[in-house]
Amino acid sequence: MSALMDILASAGLWGAVLRIATPLIFGTLGALLCERSGVLNLGIEGIMTFGAMIGWLAVYNGADLWTGLLVAAVCGGLFGLLHAALTVTLGLSQHVSGLGVTLFASSFSYYVFRLLVPVAGTPPTVEAFEPIALPGLSDLPFVGPAFFTQTPPTYLAILIALVLGYVLFRTPLGLAIRMTGENPHAAEAQGINPMRVRYGAIIAGSALMGVAGAFLTLSAFNSFFPTMVQGRGWICIALVVFSSWRPSRALLGALLFAFFDGFQVRLQTVLDIVPYQVFLMMPYLLSIAALAVMARRARVPQALMQPYRRGER
Amino acid sequence: MRLERREHRPLALVLVTPLVAVAVALAIAGVLIAIAGAPVIAAYGELLKGAFGSRLATTETLTRAIPLILTGMAAAVAFRAQVWNIGGEGQFYLGAIAAAAMGSEVLGDLPGFVQIPVLMLTGATAGAVLLLIPLWLRLRFFVDEVVTTLLLNFVAILFVSMLIDTVLKDPLGFGWPQSEAIADQAMLPDLVSRSRLHVGLIIAMVLALLVWFVQRRTVFGMQSRAAGLSPSGARFAGIPLGRTLIFVAMISGGFAGLAGAIEVMGVQGYVTTELSPGFGYSGIVVAMLANLNPIGVVFAAIFIATMFVGADGMSRAMSIPAYIADVTVSLSLLSMLVALFFTQYRIRK
Repeated sequence: MSALMDILASAGLWGAVLRIATPLIFGTLGALLCERSGVLNLGIEGIMTFGAMIGWLAVYNGADLWTGLLVAAVCGGLFGLLHAALTVTLGLSQHVSGLGVTLFASSFSYYVFRLLVPVAGTPPTVEAFEPIALPGLSDLPFVGPAFFTQTPPTYLAILIALVLGYVLFRTPLGLAIRMTGENPHAAEAQGINPMRVRYGAIIAGSALMGVAGAFLTLSAFNSFFPTMVQGRGWICIALVVFSSWRPSRALLGALLFAFFDGFQVRLQTVLDIVPYQVFLMMPYLLSIAALAVMARRARVPQALMQPYRRGER
Repeated sequence: MRLERREHRPLALVLVTPLVAVAVALAIAGVLIAIAGAPVIAAYGELLKGAFGSRLATTETLTRAIPLILTGMAAAVAFRAQVWNIGGEGQFYLGAIAAAAMGSEVLGDLPGFVQIPVLMLTGATAGAVLLLIPLWLRLRFFVDEVVTTLLLNFVAILFVSMLIDTVLKDPLGFGWPQSEAIADQAMLPDLVSRSRLHVGLIIAMVLALLVWFVQRRTVFGMQSRAAGLSPSGARFAGIPLGRTLIFVAMISGGFAGLAGAIEVMGVQGYVTTELSPGFGYSGIVVAMLANLNPIGVVFAAIFIATMFVGADGMSRAMSIPAYIADVTVSLSLLSMLVALFFTQYRIRK
């Protein structure tokens, strides 16, 4: 029991929570934005993989870290454009199209990586983001090292969560996005072009997914390897449901999730009789449990997964 | 210019669609091969040689197609009823480990004619059970099964990894995490001597025919199709929706689990976590390329197997990353989606 308390009282755990949460925050916000406009984006897993690869590759070839994040965002947006063309313009099944984007984006990442980076025993690395101590706040006992000594993208993720919450619920643009997700016909009657809103939301959301991936290779780790995204994209999709499509709750959900994840990693070293695979299963099982609890209660955007065609019911 | 929905699709169009989609995918992949600095035509020549250039290559390609036919059918059967089973990969592994455990731990020395059907049934059952969980969550809690089946893939593979690391670990495996091998008489007989091609090919093809017959000619086939086309309409027509979906899920998960069992019984004899190079996910592409038709699944599976086996040869000969196969396969899924759209609509001036 005291071992458990030791884990909970260590600043290492609480610092790790924000680090683990960051890609989930970016990814969940991206998926949330797409879904608020009425389009499910299952391309997320592949877009994160591509963002991780291309952001890393840019930095490996001499770009600075922020340029790396930007490249990942732009490429994420391009995959978003592809998903939008398939699901908005052509109105194809959002499930299958999203999976297609994921399969394409991840295999394309591996192809480009294998082509441009020679095979080596240990994967090549880059200089990743360094943690920045926020002046004043980081000197606070315990809380300081845990929450205010993070890498810059982590602060950016929290900022974007707040901005997205403001935009969605306090601006005309946000109203247009939410209306398109609830009832595109009504939105059109108000002079909003649902097609354009959906394109914009999917591209912007996918850009966030690209950044989510790049965080893995430019901050959490410093190299790229295939399958490194490890289902984080799917976890984000589950977190969107858990958050009931609200950015503030998405932030909380990601932190809660990261807390359990950071906790189980440390628990492994204490409970070494239990096979390590049991602990690794936990994040996925936790996501499924969260879905089962929340799915019925959640307020799903009413037009989610319904293609919109002008003048067609 | 506007789009108009076609009343019916001519058979020629239906048959040509996947061919066009594959041609487009190969053309785009050709650009990527050119960027890698290899002559495109020669590279595709090497691909064909790698897949069909010798007796060995051809049998390898067909061997690779066997699990793809089965996972393709798993996806096709489910998608037709709008059950989005993306969990083929996890069901494949669970089927494989269940068959391996039953063979090595329980059945032991029993003769082959008992073992083979029991192991296949065990694998299918394990796969079916794994898909029933997300379906139950959908029917009971309204949870989208796409996300849950995807998440369960990771859980299933970790579960298998745990088993072959602990209780099912082969003590003679030099410390490698792998399951004990099943008995020799439980292995599926070879179809062609001095090759790895086994009778699983015949089993998979017969099952494809059977599914085609069930979908076309039985009440259940009609009900599952109706459940997919319009759930509310199906309910209105008095079709027991929940029961139909449960049967569909059992068949779909069963096929994916059977794929795992047959891969163990036909090729390797034991389970590692490298048993499947993504057979479950490729099965989705197989099903879409076949436009969810069970007969089409056989051809689509052979195409995908050609790409994977051929790309290995091409990669060796031309130093192009073998991932080009995955890229081409995923591109063919995307172009098939677009092509299907244009068979459903026609452009009117």
